[in-house]
Amino acid sequence: MNALRLALSLTAASLWHRRRVLALVCLTLTLSVTLLLGIQYLRTEVRQSFNNTITGTDLIVGARSGQLNLLLYTVFHLGDATNNIRWSTYQKLRTDERIDWVIPLSLGDSYRGHRVIGTNTQFFERFGYGDEQSLALASGDWFSDLFDVVLGANVARQMTHRVGDRITLSHGGGSTSFSRHDDLPFRVSGVLEATGTPVDQAVFIGLDAMEAIHVGWESGVAIPGRTLSGDEARERSYQPDSITAALLGLKRPILTFQVQRELNQYTGEPLSAILPGVALSRLWQVMGQFEKALLAIGGFVVVTSLVGLVSVLLTLQAQRRREMAILRATGASPALIASLYSLESLGLALLSCLLAVVLGALGIAALSPWLLEHYGLQLGLRALNTDEWAVLGSVPLAALLVSLAPAISSWLTSRRQGFGGFE
Amino acid sequence: MTEKTAATPAGSAGTDNAIHTRALAYRWPGMDTAMVFPDIQLARGEHLFLHGPSGTGKSTLLGLLSGLLVPERGTVQLLGETVSDWPNGARDRFRADHLGIIFQQFNLVPYLTASGNAELPCRLSSSRHKRAGPGVSTVARSLLAQLGLDDDTAHRKVTGLSIGQQQRVAAARALIGAPEIILADEPTSALDTDNRDRFLELLLTMAAEQGTSVVFVSHDQALARHFHDHIALEGRS
Repeated sequence: MNALRLALSLTAASLWHRRRVLALVCLTLTLSVTLLLGIQYLRTEVRQSFNNTITGTDLIVGARSGQLNLLLYTVFHLGDATNNIRWSTYQKLRTDERIDWVIPLSLGDSYRGHRVIGTNTQFFERFGYGDEQSLALASGDWFSDLFDVVLGANVARQMTHRVGDRITLSHGGGSTSFSRHDDLPFRVSGVLEATGTPVDQAVFIGLDAMEAIHVGWESGVAIPGRTLSGDEARERSYQPDSITAALLGLKRPILTFQVQRELNQYTGEPLSAILPGVALSRLWQVMGQFEKALLAIGGFVVVTSLVGLVSVLLTLQAQRRREMAILRATGASPALIASLYSLESLGLALLSCLLAVVLGALGIAALSPWLLEHYGLQLGLRALNTDEWAVLGSVPLAALLVSLAPAISSWLTSRRQGFGGFE
Repeated sequence: MTEKTAATPAGSAGTDNAIHTRALAYRWPGMDTAMVFPDIQLARGEHLFLHGPSGTGKSTLLGLLSGLLVPERGTVQLLGETVSDWPNGARDRFRADHLGIIFQQFNLVPYLTASGNAELPCRLSSSRHKRAGPGVSTVARSLLAQLGLDDDTAHRKVTGLSIGQQQRVAAARALIGAPEIILADEPTSALDTDNRDRFLELLLTMAAEQGTSVVFVSHDQALARHFHDHIALEGRS
């Protein structure tokens, strides 16, 4: 007990004495641990954020296709639908008594590279993300007029649009579409709060508006004289032929598999119904490989700096022979001498871990507004989880392990040592 | 090898001896023949001057006496215990409990203060801690004060001290907790004549006060007059 206390106080004094040399080693180790911890933290957050892209929706229904494709174009607004589903099918879904709510999605147009989603108020009321959160408006209202549009947070920020601005949608995808619906401009009626999901990148209009701007576009381009003016459009009523996909919420989630099976075997037209959670985790399996590679790289960086630490300790060992001879002659055992090296290494690693946590917390606090703005990634400070503690704990353990090199060598040297040091 | 003075009358009881060696021989790795050493018998509280030019194995002998080295032949008896037969750990503990050590130079742990260095043996050995009394740092400071180092110096890092001051810190470290034996290896060789004599007198006086035996090794015959007992080492045989 006494020996341990002595070893600890000698270690502290020795580290402080050599602080100039060791500060650099400590800095290297701190940065590498920050990197490793940061990767692990981000990994958890990104996965969490990814898995929470859509919540509360029990089934996604679209034309027959693979589940990843359906997920990508309905939730992530990537890629295109293989086909549409009939309006009659949509009506059938709405009247099915097992189904609580249906959000229709009609895709195809864009606004300067952002997906335009034709939907109805159900989307605003029922769509869930994150921890069962629902959408909220940062300003304005959900649509009231036919030609009202609601913008996702990022769209509004990037285009610096505010409620009341007039915008023109483009036909088809892409930011440089040549055919534009410029005779029927929309008014921005509301802007959504940032969600950290693809919703932030989307533009929402009503299903009937989607229909209205395509009157006279049946051949794929606008035929002059057949399109509508704004006032003509408002007087008509619309019945779309089809929608692209629908999000379903069931009254009793236990029926999910039953409804899914029925929809997949629907005889009216070929449909696919998928479970968003299952599809999301399948997608993550595909994308998740790179994060493992990143973590491995972070691990290697830490190992590299630990090797640096040992090489510095070994260099210092030559300078410290005199000091060790004094301690030996005063009655210190070879084990005590060896423990000094291990404790120094351990002390440096613990200090680096502490600094890395502080540095990481400061970094996240400083970067999170920027990350949300540019990458739509909502990154908050939270307590470390077990995985992160494991990563953090492995650093001092590894430091202790690598310190065995100088520790064993000094143990052997001090066993052979004669009076006054080294003969 | 010549024995100028018998350290104690032959046949005295073992426990009255601080040091008693018999037919010591040691061989460093790579040596053809072993170094042999004269027998030493030193009563408790007595001071011994061990004279020998360099290369006569002074440090080797001190290594054997301190238990850092194990003799190839012969025995080392300290305070009546045949320490040379003991295992490594026990010899280390014995050294911590009963021996004070002073080297030629670079005696101190560079990152501790003067009083931190002086207190070191009490932190390695509970029996020396006990003998020093409850206020170890007070004891260390008063030892340093007796050796002419004021409180301010006691709290300074030892790297800022002169060689003379450093040697006095080493003396305080050897004396603290009243060990039975002090082994000093040319502690005055880096000091000028004035400092040397003052240092030696202080060391011997303070050691005598607490009944500590001193084995003082030097090539400097001029110091022999401070000692009653002498042994000369005369090279290898």
